[in-house]
Amino acid sequence: MLLTPFEVIMDNLLKMRGICKNFPGVKALDNVDFSLNKGEIHALMGENGAGKSTLIKVLTGVEEFETGQIILEDKKSIINKSPKEAQENGISTVYQEVNLCPNISVAENLFLDREPRKFGLIDWQKMNRMSKELLDKLDIKIDVTKPTENYSIAIQQMIAIARAVDMSAKVLILDEPTSSLDDGEVEKLFVLMKKLKKEGIGIIFVTHFLEQVYAVCDKITVLRNGALVGEFEVDNLPRVQLVAKMMGKDFNDLENIKGESTKTDDKEVLLKAESLGSTGNIKPFDLTLNKGEVIGITGLLGSGRSELVRAIYGADKTDTGKTIFKSKEVKINAPIDAMKLGMAYLPENRKDEGIIADLSVRENIIIAMQAKQGIFKLIPRKKQEEFVDKYIEILQIKTAGRETPIKQLSGGNQQKVILARWLLTNPELLILDEPTRGIDVGTKTEIQKLVLKLATEGMTVIFISSEIEEMIRTCQRMVVMRDKKKVGELESDEISQNNIMSAIAGGE
Amino acid sequence: MRALKIKNITSTRLFLPIVSLILVLIINMIKTPNFFNITIQNGVFYGYIIDVINRASELVILAVGMTLVVASSGGTDISVGAVCALAGAVACFILAGGEVSTDVYRAPYIAAFIAAIFVGLLCGSFNAFLVAKMNIQPMVATLILFTAGRGMAQLVTNGQITYIRVESFRMLGNSIHGIPLPTPVFVALAVVLVTLIILKKTALGLYIETVGINNKAARLVGLNPVYIQFIAYAFCGLLAGLAGMIVSSRVYSADANNAGLNIELDAILAVALGGNSLSGGKFSLLGSVIGAYTIQALTTTLYAMSVSADQLPVYKAIVVVIIVSLQSKEFIKIIRGFNLNKKKAEVVYEK
Repeated sequence: MLLTPFEVIMDNLLKMRGICKNFPGVKALDNVDFSLNKGEIHALMGENGAGKSTLIKVLTGVEEFETGQIILEDKKSIINKSPKEAQENGISTVYQEVNLCPNISVAENLFLDREPRKFGLIDWQKMNRMSKELLDKLDIKIDVTKPTENYSIAIQQMIAIARAVDMSAKVLILDEPTSSLDDGEVEKLFVLMKKLKKEGIGIIFVTHFLEQVYAVCDKITVLRNGALVGEFEVDNLPRVQLVAKMMGKDFNDLENIKGESTKTDDKEVLLKAESLGSTGNIKPFDLTLNKGEVIGITGLLGSGRSELVRAIYGADKTDTGKTIFKSKEVKINAPIDAMKLGMAYLPENRKDEGIIADLSVRENIIIAMQAKQGIFKLIPRKKQEEFVDKYIEILQIKTAGRETPIKQLSGGNQQKVILARWLLTNPELLILDEPTRGIDVGTKTEIQKLVLKLATEGMTVIFISSEIEEMIRTCQRMVVMRDKKKVGELESDEISQNNIMSAIAGGE
Repeated sequence: MRALKIKNITSTRLFLPIVSLILVLIINMIKTPNFFNITIQNGVFYGYIIDVINRASELVILAVGMTLVVASSGGTDISVGAVCALAGAVACFILAGGEVSTDVYRAPYIAAFIAAIFVGLLCGSFNAFLVAKMNIQPMVATLILFTAGRGMAQLVTNGQITYIRVESFRMLGNSIHGIPLPTPVFVALAVVLVTLIILKKTALGLYIETVGINNKAARLVGLNPVYIQFIAYAFCGLLAGLAGMIVSSRVYSADANNAGLNIELDAILAVALGGNSLSGGKFSLLGSVIGAYTIQALTTTLYAMSVSADQLPVYKAIVVVIIVSLQSKEFIKIIRGFNLNKKKAEVVYEK
């Protein structure tokens, strides 16, 4: 029987309405709506901190939400208090890191905790048969009695999906499933997704690979800064528009903010990377950094922005290419090698990699200089205090005192402490990875001004930011990244919002 | 305002450890009035309190090493007791020239002493390699020597207790003629002082705390976490070797089965009682030292109250539970009336 238009409309599977969620000091989700139909693959997109993962966490019961409602199949309002409850309600999640037990068989993983039993014991024959039937149905042809770890991550992901589907999932959430897959594996995953779609399962696809969204999705919901930007049909939203939405810009009517930065005439090369690459992190790239220059690295989250600078700094192991610093080939095995050459790196993730939470502001500031000097040359306490006072003054760090633990400071002030840590080492190359994220507007401007000032004094700065205006304002040259690859460079006169977004979005 | 005051007092690092120690001592004063009596016999001090300070020496030495291990790795070295036994066995084996018992040194004392320290350092380095380089959980890594150490000590002593019946051998664990306090007290004091000076004069303390708090950030600021953790574990092993020498000297023998038995647990406890977090990071060496004396005071108290050795662990456990929960964050939260109530999600039912 054919469905009447009315029934088609009634295909709504999941509706989230007016979801609000606050974290201390941050509105993680501000009145967000999301809806998913049966047999629909719906991409959830947004830059870092947009609220994607929080929305998923709220939906799957990992986090509580304050107001709003979740309605399943237009009938009942549900609140999932735990992932288990979400699963009972038909909402299953498959993560990037597959959570299967690697050393037991595929069949055991598929029926873990719900094994078919005979006389209280596991009915192995039945379990293996049922597993085979289940996987056959999904065109996954593997031996179910083999240990799961024998199969690639891609297959394991499909096994996890099969398990979720078999546990009567109506809503399947795929959280960054393709990050660690190669192209062929991604293709196989898409075939499976399309098959499930035909069976009426609604799939929420969280990813930051633009091409994949256009290859497999029907709809896109874009979030930005915890708020809903909109829901779009894939066919009606060109790539450039999607990038613009994610970044919070309108593509067409942009007035170009011109960079104030002055171009330096003498181009003395500071550092040259030649086909430097790190397997699994970034494909080999060439890059030249000139003295006194501010270079921006732009691209979407996960495009390899951070990985590029981490390869230069020695934070990730490089396995191809070489680094030439001041026309001498250098070997950088660990950050300390880079530091000794005069590099400094303010990492993207302040909490995990930047601050040393329990230590004082003083200790956090002097630690890099101390590490550079070595264990036996302890900087005298008096000297430490002089340094610290100086930078508290210069950077206007708001802290109760030198000895206050850094964790008690606000995000912006923590960032200033980390900045002070590196300025104290007097670097020639300062790498700033998202220095202004989660920081109030005033501090942002201060940091931008500081960057420009440092550059005029001869320091080379690599500046990474998700906010395009900030980059335009500060950078003289822009490196464009896409899908873990350096795909181009924009010179100062080419730098404009439109050009950057087109470059990020890539071929249409 | 009042809450702030409580916070100020309780956040002073050494506050609770000292309170715990005083508490134990006060109980002593009430239960055993002669606890603080000190008498002089043959120019040597005697008394319960001297006994506490004397007997705590090995524990203090081990607690120093354990503090650095805990701070740098958030894990514990449970092999120190076994390493004590092994180091003692090796030293006695050398001194006795492989015999079961000896009345004269068969080898220079200094050679045996250096060998014991070296054995400790070697064991510590082995643990360090497993933990820092191979990234094995500290508990599992040190479990290897925890079980194998005593076995190796048995092999060295051929399964027998090796006696060194030479007066000078007993000096380290007892007392030197003309000095009123037992030697171990001075050894422990020296270890604490030397370590404090190292921490004060080098950046080691800062490095250890940084690595213990945030390993990733430590690497990015130019530290080598593997190297720092290596130092901590190797140093802990070295101190275990030294403690092993004292233990053997006390009983002028190497007893592979009983030397330093269960002392690793007391050492870990000393670190905890000292107000140090067992998950690593910021540490207070003096806190651990106070913790070690507290534990010994407790043990001696219980003996003084004629609790039998079999029942001792039970009473000790009760007191430890009280002290540890007094210092726990949750407990402090409860006193401060921390409000955990969270706003509940709004529920709307629709037809």
